[in-house]
Amino acid sequence: MQQPNRLSPFFENLNFEREDNTMVINFGPQHPSAHGQLRLMLELDGEQVVKAYPDIGYLHRGIEKMAENMTYNEFLPTTDRLDYIASTSNNYAYALAVEKLIGLEVPRRAQVIRTILLEVNRVISHLFFIATHALDVGAMSVFLYAFREREFGMDLMEDYCGARLTHSAVRIGGVPLDIPDGWMIALRKWCDKVDYELKHTYNALLEENRIWKMRLENVGVLSPEDALSWGCTGPMLRGSGIAYDIRKEEPYELYSELDFDIPVADTNDSYGRYRLYMAEIEESTKIIRQLILKYDETEPQLMAHAPQYISAPKEEIMTQNYALMQHFVLVTQGMRPPKGEVYVPTESPKGELGFYIKSEGEPYAYRLKCRAPSFFHTGLLQELLVGTYIADVVTIIGSTNIVFGEVDR
Amino acid sequence: MRKYVPKDNVQAKAYYTDRFHVVPSVLTQDVSTDEIFSKHLEILSSKVEIKSAYIQIGQMRVEINHQDNYRAIEILKNECGYEMMSEMSAVDYLAKDGTFEVFYQLLNLKERKRVRVVCRIEQGLAVESIVPLYKAANFSEREMYDMFGIVANNHPFMKRILMPDDWEGHPLLKSYPLQGDEFASWYEVDKIFGKEARDAIGPENRDPARIDRYDTKRFSRVGREVPFGADISDGEPETPIEYSTTFLVDYNASQTQLEDRK
Repeated sequence: MQQPNRLSPFFENLNFEREDNTMVINFGPQHPSAHGQLRLMLELDGEQVVKAYPDIGYLHRGIEKMAENMTYNEFLPTTDRLDYIASTSNNYAYALAVEKLIGLEVPRRAQVIRTILLEVNRVISHLFFIATHALDVGAMSVFLYAFREREFGMDLMEDYCGARLTHSAVRIGGVPLDIPDGWMIALRKWCDKVDYELKHTYNALLEENRIWKMRLENVGVLSPEDALSWGCTGPMLRGSGIAYDIRKEEPYELYSELDFDIPVADTNDSYGRYRLYMAEIEESTKIIRQLILKYDETEPQLMAHAPQYISAPKEEIMTQNYALMQHFVLVTQGMRPPKGEVYVPTESPKGELGFYIKSEGEPYAYRLKCRAPSFFHTGLLQELLVGTYIADVVTIIGSTNIVFGEVDR
Repeated sequence: MRKYVPKDNVQAKAYYTDRFHVVPSVLTQDVSTDEIFSKHLEILSSKVEIKSAYIQIGQMRVEINHQDNYRAIEILKNECGYEMMSEMSAVDYLAKDGTFEVFYQLLNLKERKRVRVVCRIEQGLAVESIVPLYKAANFSEREMYDMFGIVANNHPFMKRILMPDDWEGHPLLKSYPLQGDEFASWYEVDKIFGKEARDAIGPENRDPARIDRYDTKRFSRVGREVPFGADISDGEPETPIEYSTTFLVDYNASQTQLEDRK
């Protein structure tokens, strides 16, 4: 029986000894496999889960509220804190939504750099998934190898924008910086390294690993109907045999010009999803290689020319009076997009990351809603976990690849 | 004289707006310009009253009556192929006309089309839950209730989701300040020590990250460390923290409650 005291009061929803012989256990919010701050309340019959109730909100920071009180440019670094494993994809999704709202054309070089950064982030995020998923299931060594390559990827991001985790590497209207000297060579090397390690290390350690297969195959089976109904996107949707990738279906940035495939798994289980992640890393490095070639053909302009919304380049601000005035107004008052609403979906590493922005023509967004893929994947847990065994719970949580920065926002 | 701050919208506002500034609008297209959308709208309008419909930035926006939300979304799902609900939430227009705008963002995967179904409801009214159509609405509607206080009828588990269950107020309302209200600032103190402890603890001790000038235990004065227990108060009397003696939780009573329930 619980001993309630002032600091840990009695929780009426946690009643350990019940008459129907089921046991309620509390998983998290401080569990190493909870991928952050997930609290799950599981009702068990023996070792089988009868009922699962995900309790979220332990990382709620009110990011949507903050968006209503910040100018559009001020809010951009806050988006880093959504999916902190791949923050550039958040920055990009937000910037793209605002650009669509004000109808901006981004210069080609910025487009190339953005697409490269998005794919680098996708590889970093997928490596993180494979590492932590394997760690959760019990394969410690994969974690060490995958984190090594992820570290190199983060070094690349650091060389580009100075930050390893919270990049803010995309701006509304373009990118702030050009690629530094030698970066492309390092990037190409890293792609080769990732491809090599993927084939010779992770694949060799996991693909035909008997324990890995036993732990993943036919675990967390998600039917295509349920995947659609629960709003699953990204690898969760494609893992259930539905080939819908926003990069391909509703292309944004340079994806319509690039040659890449959308891997799909039709086994519907965790093993299929794991193979999907592996295949997607390969596709991403393929995309990056094509973009490196495209970069050389571009003009050096990095930010869109729209004096009403975007500050002029630094040289112009320092030399031309009018550019300085515009810059002053944009910094002190913020840009005022036209009145209207927009919802822009992008394919983040976790799934469909979309921003709904309602603008009333003020420098502050009237309403900003962040459609985070992990939020819906967490909701799915209450159905996906039912009927599975307690040992598979961690596998399934790992397989959904949820990040609590964007679940709780 | 104190500056007037409207109570119904306490969010940040532009500190300066040019008096001749005319707010432009995002361009909208007529639905008839898109073949697929006009086909879907035709199916929808034959069964549900449409208040307005147009295409904005590549997506159709349909406004309907709030009583029709379930019916309209059902038609869109079953007859027009919108198989996925990407997102739903609300926008607070209470300060303007006393209504909320509830929106549902739907996706048709086969034809790659997105539509936004919008309805206006007055404060205190509820919308019909669409969980039977899209299970994704389970969490979304709970979030909408948590953030705005809009209830979805016939929802299987209409409870707060992000905020604690015993929270007061709905954070995304325009009338809710960014820093939180009175209740929010005393939430932990009220819960752990009781409301009567507010005076004893005081607003300055509410913050656990606060740095105490005379603290010789927590090493908070980096570079100015003094020996443990050294008196550095310079003769200034220390104000003792008085904790409440009344209990918040009556353990005996709660134990009895549990027995009763069994």
